[in-house]
Amino acid sequence: MSRRFSNKGRLIKADKPIKFHFNGVQFTGYQGDTLASALLANGKLLLGRSFKYHRPRGVVSSGPEEPNFLVNLGKDHFFEPNQRGTMTNIFEGLSATSQNHFPSLEFDFGEINSWLARFLPAGFYYKMFIHPRPFWKYIYEPLIRMSAGLGQAPKAKDGSTYEHFHAFYDVVVVGGGIAGLQTALVAGRSGIKVLLIEQHASWGGRAQIDEDEIDDAPVNSWVNKVLEELAAMPNVSLRTRMTGVGVYDHGYFLGYEQLNDHKANKDGPRHRLWKIRSKLIVCCTGAIERPVSFAGNDIPGVVLASAVRDYAINFGVSIGQKTVVITNNDDAYKTAIFLKESGLEVPVILDAREHGGGEAAARARAIGIRVENGKVISRVIGRKRVRGVNVCLSSGEGETTERIGCDAVAMSGGWSPVVHLWSHCGGKLEWNDESSMFCPDKSRPPTNENGESFVETVGAASGNTQLNEIVEEATELGLSIGRKFGGKQIRSNVPKVKQHVENPVEPLWFTPRRAKRKLRNKTFLDFQNDVKISDVELAAREGFESVEHLKRYTTLGMATDQGKLSNINGLAVLANALATPISKVGTTTFRPPYTPVSMGSIAGSARDSVFQPVRMSPIHSWHVEHDAVFEPVGFWRRPYCFANKGEATEQAVNREILQTRSSVGILDASTLGKLIVSGPDAGNFLDLVYTNMMSNLTIGKCRYGLMCSENGFLIDDGVVARIGENTFLCHTTTGGAERIHSHMEEWLQTEWWDLQVFVQNITEQYAQIAVVGPNSRKLLNKLGGTDISKEALGFMEWTDALLGGFQTRIFRISFSGELSFEISVDASVGLDFWNALLDAGSDYGVMPYGTEALHVMRAEKGFIMIGDETDGTIIPQDLNLNWAISKKKNDFIGKRAHERIFMRNPDRWKLVGLETLDGSVLPDGSYAVGAGRNRNGQKHTIGRVTSTYFSPTLNRGIAMGLVQNGPDRVGEVIKFEKISGEIVEATIVDPVFYDKSGSKQNV
Amino acid sequence: MKKYSAFAVAREALRDHLGWERAWRSSEPQKKYDVIIIGAGGHGLATAYYLGKNYGITNVAILEKGWLGGGNTGRNTTIIRSNYLQDPSAAIYEKARSLYENLSQDLNYNVMFSPRGVMMLAQTQHEIRGYERTAHANALQGVSTEFISPQKVKKLCPIINIDGPRYPVLGALWQPRGGTARHDAVAWGYARACSDMGMHIIQQCEVTGVNTIDGKVVGVETTKGAIACKKIGIVVAGHSGVLADMAGFRLPIESVALQALVSEPIKPCMDVVVMANTVHGYMSQSDKGEMVIGGGADGYNNYSQRGSFHHVEETVRALVETFPIISRLKMLRWWGGIVVISKTPVKNIFINCGWGTGGFKAIPGSGWAMAELIAKGEPGPLAEDFRVTRFREGQFIDESVAAGVAH
Amino acid sequence: MLIFECPYCGVLADETDLAAGGEAHLKRFGPGSTDDEFEAYLFNRENPKGVHFERWRHINGCGKWFNAARCTITMEVFGTYPAQTLEPPTEITNNISIKRPVWKWKEFS
Repeated sequence: MSRRFSNKGRLIKADKPIKFHFNGVQFTGYQGDTLASALLANGKLLLGRSFKYHRPRGVVSSGPEEPNFLVNLGKDHFFEPNQRGTMTNIFEGLSATSQNHFPSLEFDFGEINSWLARFLPAGFYYKMFIHPRPFWKYIYEPLIRMSAGLGQAPKAKDGSTYEHFHAFYDVVVVGGGIAGLQTALVAGRSGIKVLLIEQHASWGGRAQIDEDEIDDAPVNSWVNKVLEELAAMPNVSLRTRMTGVGVYDHGYFLGYEQLNDHKANKDGPRHRLWKIRSKLIVCCTGAIERPVSFAGNDIPGVVLASAVRDYAINFGVSIGQKTVVITNNDDAYKTAIFLKESGLEVPVILDAREHGGGEAAARARAIGIRVENGKVISRVIGRKRVRGVNVCLSSGEGETTERIGCDAVAMSGGWSPVVHLWSHCGGKLEWNDESSMFCPDKSRPPTNENGESFVETVGAASGNTQLNEIVEEATELGLSIGRKFGGKQIRSNVPKVKQHVENPVEPLWFTPRRAKRKLRNKTFLDFQNDVKISDVELAAREGFESVEHLKRYTTLGMATDQGKLSNINGLAVLANALATPISKVGTTTFRPPYTPVSMGSIAGSARDSVFQPVRMSPIHSWHVEHDAVFEPVGFWRRPYCFANKGEATEQAVNREILQTRSSVGILDASTLGKLIVSGPDAGNFLDLVYTNMMSNLTIGKCRYGLMCSENGFLIDDGVVARIGENTFLCHTTTGGAERIHSHMEEWLQTEWWDLQVFVQNITEQYAQIAVVGPNSRKLLNKLGGTDISKEALGFMEWTDALLGGFQTRIFRISFSGELSFEISVDASVGLDFWNALLDAGSDYGVMPYGTEALHVMRAEKGFIMIGDETDGTIIPQDLNLNWAISKKKNDFIGKRAHERIFMRNPDRWKLVGLETLDGSVLPDGSYAVGAGRNRNGQKHTIGRVTSTYFSPTLNRGIAMGLVQNGPDRVGEVIKFEKISGEIVEATIVDPVFYDKSGSKQNV
Repeated sequence: MKKYSAFAVAREALRDHLGWERAWRSSEPQKKYDVIIIGAGGHGLATAYYLGKNYGITNVAILEKGWLGGGNTGRNTTIIRSNYLQDPSAAIYEKARSLYENLSQDLNYNVMFSPRGVMMLAQTQHEIRGYERTAHANALQGVSTEFISPQKVKKLCPIINIDGPRYPVLGALWQPRGGTARHDAVAWGYARACSDMGMHIIQQCEVTGVNTIDGKVVGVETTKGAIACKKIGIVVAGHSGVLADMAGFRLPIESVALQALVSEPIKPCMDVVVMANTVHGYMSQSDKGEMVIGGGADGYNNYSQRGSFHHVEETVRALVETFPIISRLKMLRWWGGIVVISKTPVKNIFINCGWGTGGFKAIPGSGWAMAELIAKGEPGPLAEDFRVTRFREGQFIDESVAAGVAH
Repeated sequence: MLIFECPYCGVLADETDLAAGGEAHLKRFGPGSTDDEFEAYLFNRENPKGVHFERWRHINGCGKWFNAARCTITMEVFGTYPAQTLEPPTEITNNISIKRPVWKWKEFS
């Protein structure tokens, strides 16, 4: 039984009890406990169920590599699945439930999979569920999906907030163990900018647990001294509960700081994602102990030897009362010795090595622990907890030589350096036979923008396990970093550490070495995904020989721990099955993140109303006050219409149109793009950018222009006004301002850089209001100040003028077919001017209108709209706009493209108007069908609708569309097919439905 | 080759699964083949499979520089749909989708095609019109889609927030028979079937040169020696440029990283595939329970299979906005697939590449069409519209018309 | 996450400040060119595994277009230079030759 044997754990405060709930039952732990240590202290060993077989599982580790003990944590808006119990500190009121079982953790129907395990080997689903076909969708897959997943899906919206930090350092040191502290200390003394981060809540790493001395004092006093000195350095930042999760190209580093996951009080941001540029990243990330592969190695109570030691020393918690230790290295002896010295039983240390351990073994024997060399566990007895072990010879097939009763097993299969950050950006690894590890290959580091190494590793992360060597390595690196990044000359001594004599580790991939198949079928490699030795061997037998195949076929290393415990053992088993050295097999690619990162922290603070920036016209506040129905247009919000109380949007749109056509309406057109193109070559440049001739435009006049891409397609349109000899004002579509500005800059800077032209985007500097309708001139005259008669300001002319005391620029242009003035004023007075127009127009019933009325009125007039009549595949010729394509110019963007055979094809679909026979509105997006089908059996199409509206002016449906040879077929009736198959007949007509002569706009 | 079935699994279970054969034979190259396919990804293997199945050509070698299925076949978000706007795209993707329907039975390998439905959200007026147009086009193309209301969106996918403050959901284009498949299984299933027909799958064999005599292909040079052949199909996605360079021509393609990620597995909460193009992200839930997320591509050429973080940030932000419950899930794994982009989704028939983000869903259809081309020497109806000369003529098959992001 | 030094304003610009603009040193073929020339100019691209010349715009900075020489495998940047040139500066091509003794990119190697 696991229990708290001492209240003197390093990390707990025994005078501060904390109450929490697990699976609805209240437990008590101490401040400083993790959920794992607190539950172990309360005798809870069974903590979770595995993914595939639903086998009972307890903790196997004490850190972020934990694959078994995952919980649903918290409630409602603070609920989170798959939280690792080994990394969760308890706080008052914490509530967690175990995962992946029904109806309860202790009794789980899913465990039936475990009894059927032999029928569910790796990849079984590829070979089954094939017949009969409909069964997959209706029976098999629903069954598989029922068993999918671990934790519950959250139901409520996240109640926490998140934030991002952007930071710059000379060096980021990842890991606050001895290696990290010493590196940061020495580098920091030189004055360069250092960030030191530690994923756990406390500093010092493993060395404090392993009872080494530094500078003749206990490790923790050295740690405290170093921390004091670091804290006093203004150039050094220290952060705990912060994990280095990713290294990206050019020295970009992601840090993940958990700010209040350990607190009852959830105020403030929950997580902080640090986006860091650092010249160097030093990984002092340590190493993770490997499990040993023996039958029953997943039974609750079988725990990594280092974790057993962690729980005992940090929390005063023992996994069991009688702990058998199995190892292939000297480190695990420390666990046995500590347990024994704490008054717990250690019946035996099984050392797989024929020659056994060094100094540590002698110490263990000296305090009365039985040590057996060349012996291992053949299988563990027990189901929901360990009851004993069968012992066998390490070199044999597994004949039991002895059964030893125990309630815990501490296992150590050696150590694997944490090389993830080294590898994220391409750092290579090499297999070290002596230490049985994949270590960073320092000759092939990840390289930065200069082709230089930008990641270093120190200590266990380099594969170095001797503390005396680690402090030397850290000191040297710290000094060289200081020099490299321009720090001041300093001297730092290497701390004094006693050297231990250890016997070398011997690879121990499964035990015993020639284990029978029956044992291999029960030996787990990936605990969460239930991948066994037999699965890896099956994969190898079936030809899944590369590590990438193995991983995908067996799911080895695909669990939430991403193979931190399982990968190396799995690779070794694969290598053995293929009879190749492990170095040849290689590893899978390490990809970010090192540990899972909350989606919320990635999204950051940009959520809800600040999800994306909103662009607002200078008149936006008025629209909001007057209940405009908004629609997003790019980042802009534009009023779609202004609906009165109880009025449907369609009614509002019709009202706005009729009022504008009969009297006067005003439109906030401020979002329209406005680009100033100036310079001695401005005219020449615009001749290249537009299909029309612009250089011959007279000052004071406006001209409608088209722009094509180099591929010939229409990309934007708008009115160009010549302001002066060298200055043009180019209007673009609302969505086009930035795009067209960039387009012009690109051509100016990268192709025609000899032209002296300057382009400015002044869209947001001006408010622009269209005053539209037969009474528009009267309205403006009421404001007074300038003669805007037909004679003074003709159609397609502009003037700078005072209107009602406002400095304005008036353009006589029309997108509705009515008498119309587009007037721009400084953005700062846009709202005042809008209000002035409303006041002056009250006698005429002036009415603001929105984008939908704008669209309908332009369609009534047969004007095209970029994005409706065009879709990126339309050339101006398709829209009968040949008149706007200059024949005189040698060149313009798109001209060469138009010469290609398909662009000149007379059968291209061309713009026409469409009127249904019954007056109905043609369905948006519908196609006109011809006879027969094409070679792929699709119905033959001869045209399509591009814009379709109910016209309140004409009181019927009108549409524009593209039809094969359309302009030649006016009067013909063609068939449009609805999705239902129903046919709607429409007559091809001229696209100008309203005021064909243009007399209304030109008065 | 022994048939896969529940019975076979049960039989093998009783003898510790010792009787399973290799899923495909790994071969050493012969001196000569009728056809060499370069690239053992999904497209290459499917091409070989349909060469054998439809045309009886089985003296075929499939050469792979790494491991089969090790490229984008194993690095995509597994979405299968055919709700394309333009006729030629809809034809080839619908052919592919319909082949996926029976692929498990055809290959005797469960590729887990799951027609759970794909929806593309409309979040602007412009998108509504685009998808209504696509729905009309699909009806005429024989592709079953419909434009559905926000209420139906919510019913099909309860975790969507349809009332988001920035981009409320206004409707969606819904293809009920779109879905997902197990991507690795598609490559493995084709490989097994090819091997069963006697074709040679030669892994870790890099092509280093193309041999021609009088402008005609006569064979290839490889790291495993020279191999003669009558015809070559190059189906190597991101490395098409490198191979085209060997053969002496340039292609209208560029290789960029497309980012994807998965969350930790959670109990099923989403039965459909959702694509939100206005905010640039798409998501589905795998049979294992992971939320599979995809988004934008980097704008620069990249062969490193890793990309830049800010695209992931934008994608995740967009999806947290669309599916607020995922905020407290955790990103487990993130990768960049190297996709070949082109100014349009192009497919060159002598070189089959340039599928952009649409590669996985096209595999059976592309293989079918490519096999026809290789066997007959001229493209069939599916491929006709994709001939490479269309660039010169100014004819394009542009799908970006309908959707901000094409997948 | 790439970083480039903008040759105009000297800023070390993060990728989020930049817009990628594809292959550099394309020669424009306009009216009067053959179909072959125009097609090649508009569509065919170098897609090298290794040294590449490409265009970037410092769009959220000074707004200028510049060219960069970069390795598409390791992301190493060999240099940046203004876009208003028909060929890369020799110091950059020399630098590449030192670091990548065998490289080719159109006629510049």
